[in-house]
Amino acid sequence: MSWIVKNLWLIPALPVLAAGLSALAPQRCRKFSAGLAIGSMIGAFLLSLCAFANVLGHHGHGEEARQVFNVTWFQFAEGSAGALQLGWIVDPLTTVMLVMVTFVGTLIFIYSVGYMAHDQNFTRFFTFLALFAGGMLGVVIANSLLLLFISWEIVGLTSYLLIGFWYHKPTAAAAAKKAFITTRIGDVAFLLGMVWLYSQTGTLLFYTEEGTGCMQQAALTKLVAQTTGVGMAVSTAIGLLIFFGAVGKSGQVPLHVWLPDAMEGPTPVSALIHAATMVAAGVFLVARVYPLMSVVPEGSTATPVALQVVTWIGAITAIFAASIAVAQNDIKRILAYSTVSQLGYMMMGLGVGGVAVAMFHLITHAFFKALLFMGAGSVIHGCHEEQDIRRMGGVKKYMPITFITYAIGMLALAGFPVLFSGFWSKDEILHAAHGWPVSHVPFYLGIAGALLTAFYMTRQVVLVFFGSYRGGHDHNHSRSVSKSHGKKAESSHSASEPHESPLVMTAPLMILAAFAILLGFIGTPTWPWFQTFLGTHHEGGGFTKDVVSLMIISSAIVFAGLGLGWWFYGRKPIAKADQPDVLETLRPDIYKVLENKYWIDELYEKSVIAFNAWFAKVCDFLDTWIWSGLVHLVSYVVIGFSWVNRVIDEYVVNLGFDQGCKRISLGGGFFSRLQDGRIQGYLRAIGIALVLLVIWLIWGGSGS
Amino acid sequence: MLAWTIYISFLGVLVLMLLPKDNPRAARGVAFATAFAGLVIALVAYAGFKAGELLTIADKAWIPTLGFRYQLAADGVSLTLVLLTGLAAVAGILFSWNIEHRAKEFFAFYLALIGGVYGVFLSFDLFLLFVFYEIAIIPKYFIIAIWGSTRREYGAMKLALYSFIGSAMVLVGMIAAYVVSGAETMSLVELAKFSFPHSFQMWAFPLVFVGFAILAGMWPFHTWAPTGHVAAPTAASMLLAGVVMKLGAYGCLRVAMTLFPQGLEPWGCTVLGFGSWRDVFAVLAVIGIVYGAMVALVQKDFKFVIGYSSVSHMGFVLLGLVTLNTIGVSGAVLQMFSHGVIAGLLFAVVGRMVYERTHTRELPMLEAMRLSKMLPFAAVTFVIAGVASMGMPGFSGFIAELQVLIGAWKSYPALAIITGVGILIGVAYTLRATQKAFFGDDTTAAATADADENSHGHEPLQPISVPERLGATLLIGASVLVGLYPHVLLKIIVPSFESPLFQWIQKGGAQ
Repeated sequence: MSWIVKNLWLIPALPVLAAGLSALAPQRCRKFSAGLAIGSMIGAFLLSLCAFANVLGHHGHGEEARQVFNVTWFQFAEGSAGALQLGWIVDPLTTVMLVMVTFVGTLIFIYSVGYMAHDQNFTRFFTFLALFAGGMLGVVIANSLLLLFISWEIVGLTSYLLIGFWYHKPTAAAAAKKAFITTRIGDVAFLLGMVWLYSQTGTLLFYTEEGTGCMQQAALTKLVAQTTGVGMAVSTAIGLLIFFGAVGKSGQVPLHVWLPDAMEGPTPVSALIHAATMVAAGVFLVARVYPLMSVVPEGSTATPVALQVVTWIGAITAIFAASIAVAQNDIKRILAYSTVSQLGYMMMGLGVGGVAVAMFHLITHAFFKALLFMGAGSVIHGCHEEQDIRRMGGVKKYMPITFITYAIGMLALAGFPVLFSGFWSKDEILHAAHGWPVSHVPFYLGIAGALLTAFYMTRQVVLVFFGSYRGGHDHNHSRSVSKSHGKKAESSHSASEPHESPLVMTAPLMILAAFAILLGFIGTPTWPWFQTFLGTHHEGGGFTKDVVSLMIISSAIVFAGLGLGWWFYGRKPIAKADQPDVLETLRPDIYKVLENKYWIDELYEKSVIAFNAWFAKVCDFLDTWIWSGLVHLVSYVVIGFSWVNRVIDEYVVNLGFDQGCKRISLGGGFFSRLQDGRIQGYLRAIGIALVLLVIWLIWGGSGS
Repeated sequence: MLAWTIYISFLGVLVLMLLPKDNPRAARGVAFATAFAGLVIALVAYAGFKAGELLTIADKAWIPTLGFRYQLAADGVSLTLVLLTGLAAVAGILFSWNIEHRAKEFFAFYLALIGGVYGVFLSFDLFLLFVFYEIAIIPKYFIIAIWGSTRREYGAMKLALYSFIGSAMVLVGMIAAYVVSGAETMSLVELAKFSFPHSFQMWAFPLVFVGFAILAGMWPFHTWAPTGHVAAPTAASMLLAGVVMKLGAYGCLRVAMTLFPQGLEPWGCTVLGFGSWRDVFAVLAVIGIVYGAMVALVQKDFKFVIGYSSVSHMGFVLLGLVTLNTIGVSGAVLQMFSHGVIAGLLFAVVGRMVYERTHTRELPMLEAMRLSKMLPFAAVTFVIAGVASMGMPGFSGFIAELQVLIGAWKSYPALAIITGVGILIGVAYTLRATQKAFFGDDTTAAATADADENSHGHEPLQPISVPERLGATLLIGASVLVGLYPHVLLKIIVPSFESPLFQWIQKGGAQ
């Protein structure tokens, strides 16, 4: 076993270590902490290259190139079945992902130095960023579902911290909370899937050298043979639970709501987390457990149910999010919905074509979407923290480098034929969807999504870069928006016209732009190096008639999208920021639906969240009134009983006794008065008695 | 050796009583030295402990006419909890460093409580265990009633009454067991050998289990917990959540389930879908998990949030116990440790770091204070504790809850799924409390800050002191250590289940 396989853990450990050191460093050590983070990423990148070379040097592909290293973490019951193991894996899937994450990550880290230069919490930012990278790399190297889950949670936590980085903005704090809780819904399903998988197979390792891993034949055969209560194979049920975790992280319908809101975080965060890495982790997860998702009973040729679900969710998300993107006005939100849509394509690719197809799009997308986000960040920076594309315009003139690189990214995303990487990878997916035996609907949804993608990207680029600058007129608005950014906005406020960003920000853009073009050529139909490297059986039949005709269709679609976009927005650039959108004047009803994102947020607000709040209130009510009430009732009954006793005691027993005593004493007093020994009294009594007697005698005597 | 944890605590009480009246420094010094010595003894015992053994510490005739013995012993489960007690005791004193009001008596009661708790965890004679159990209840009452805050007499009395009702049930069960066995012994080991009649176990088990589970905060007998926690001073809330609730869970495991294992068997009929006491308690545990989390979500008082979170987390302990398999039960024991540490930390932040400085626990008022700016250390500590509490990997809670879930999945898959919902709400209430208490809304905060400056200027809060920092580091360190390397505790917990005392646990791993 080579050195790199044994020490693969160093790749995530380096950024985590950097995060730890920079957390302990005082806030003013800005250079130290940024340098540490970037250095650790470069180190991780070099190690990833080693691992990549190791796999390349191995003879054979896919299965044969796999090497694993497992260690026992702890023992929670006696015997080998009671041990929980962790491990890491070196195989094509992991190494490709490693190289991409560390490379894009390094560029984003460098870019952040410029973007966050004026932020007072610069050190903290790099701490979180490095910790995030560590978690993400942990997800990638894991050979154990448990290690994957642990890293996955670290990713979720740091993404919460990074989205809420400007927590003094209420929207950012709310977005962070929403992102965390929404992805956690998926995570709980993932956790339950993991627990189930463990209690079925007794291991969470994907692969072992003895073939006892849960993604290996023995375990899979066992899983597919059992059925659950509702007649679904256990493997399918577990696969779907794990997939639901991926739905949360990758922002698929119905858990997509957090991703657009997450744009409240700093832009490098959006580029790193919401384009290249974390959201891709969901796709990666499904690719990793692909054997589980795709297993079918022996002899059956049906498409596995789990993969069908993945395909449908992916296809629906792709078109759904693309349509919302058409009617958004925040430059980053458009990109966010575009990301959701592209992730849908990847999921669909997994479902219809397998790991290689989806991973190809994941890699190319990571590059051009990171490019777009960072370009958007550069524009936002140049336009004094303005994010509304209606208040931009004509930026091309002020920011030439950003414009050119952004245009490359946009064409790659739109899938402009032949030259750009997005064309090749998206075509792979569409091609696979075309040949999907179950249904053709995903294919048509994909085509429609491609049209919308080209359209909304054209709209965005035209509104931002062409026409005339519309931001300077009422700058009060943007000032009030950017006020919360504090110092940063004020320092860059000297000139009201947009300005180009410094080299530290534009250099990563140029590098990524180069890759956005070049990467496509490692996976063309004539030279499907990428697909064969990932080890799935790829025909690689070159440009057959089938492939070419499909390419022509998709090219036509892309051109139609670009043309429509130009027709609507390019011909007559809007002059004023508050002018209504062309679509809005054309079809106000549809526009309204799209602008409000189909009211999904509101729906959740009214249903799930309202129910939860209500239920929590009910529980609280139960606790304060019913349970406490019962306890109080019991105690009041006891107290009441005691009170009655006291009343009886005081008023009946005591009072009776007291009264009795009083009477006796009164009586005694009275009688004692009779004999108090005073002569006058006796004499008075005798005198009165004598008088009375005399009167009586006189009266009575005369009367009778 | 381990018995000295008990003796030294009561010795500390004696020394404190002899101290002059107005010298809080000396009182706290003595108390800290005592608690620290207890922790050191526990650690030394841990280092010398051979996994799987039942370490007899003392065994002498006590009341020979009745056959009661002074029998102290320790296995992995007791040792884990003794370690927890040591940690919680030290941390609790670090967080009550500022007590000036009748400090001498405070620490005397505190150490008496600790001594009683140590005693419960080490007693292997039922009668002795019961005596220590009662010893632990009394100081608790005085600490809350004298040094407490919100409705302290009420909280203290409620807590004491609940505890006494619980112990009355336990006492009845104990005496019955003594009489029925006829063996004239209260030794746990001896009684566990005796097979009680099935019908007897069927009523004795729930009686004793519920008696103990009241103190573990089992729903619906949990209402003492939030009010008691809220009324208690910081150190007492830490002990209450940290170790006293564990007394209950420990009693369930050590007495009820060990002596009357047949009480867990099916009744032979179903009532409302319940087939055995085991089903009943599993459902109550899961209700506790979800319900506690739900109620925590809508509390306005910061301390009530933590109080209810304790109810929720203790539900995991009870659920783990009734899984009756090694994974689940060892998870329950681990969760006892984990919750003890994490809840202690949460209460320390709320009670000591925040409340004693701001004099309010109302979340809406804290929201306007921007505490993250004024008390950054408290904010960071609470974020870490909150993250640990919501079961993030890297902290002890994750391992424990994972084990309980795996254990529960085998017997009660549906309940495991509902538990998942509980975990989710756990995230929600923790985030809500964190954001409200520390990362308040900028605009309203700025407005009130301006208003304050205009009227009377802002009073700076007292900075976080060194003992508080030490205490927080100690507890976070313990949770992270167990989270990253659970083997430190599991290596003594799991082999204990080999003992005949635990023959009712279903052995083996996952399959």
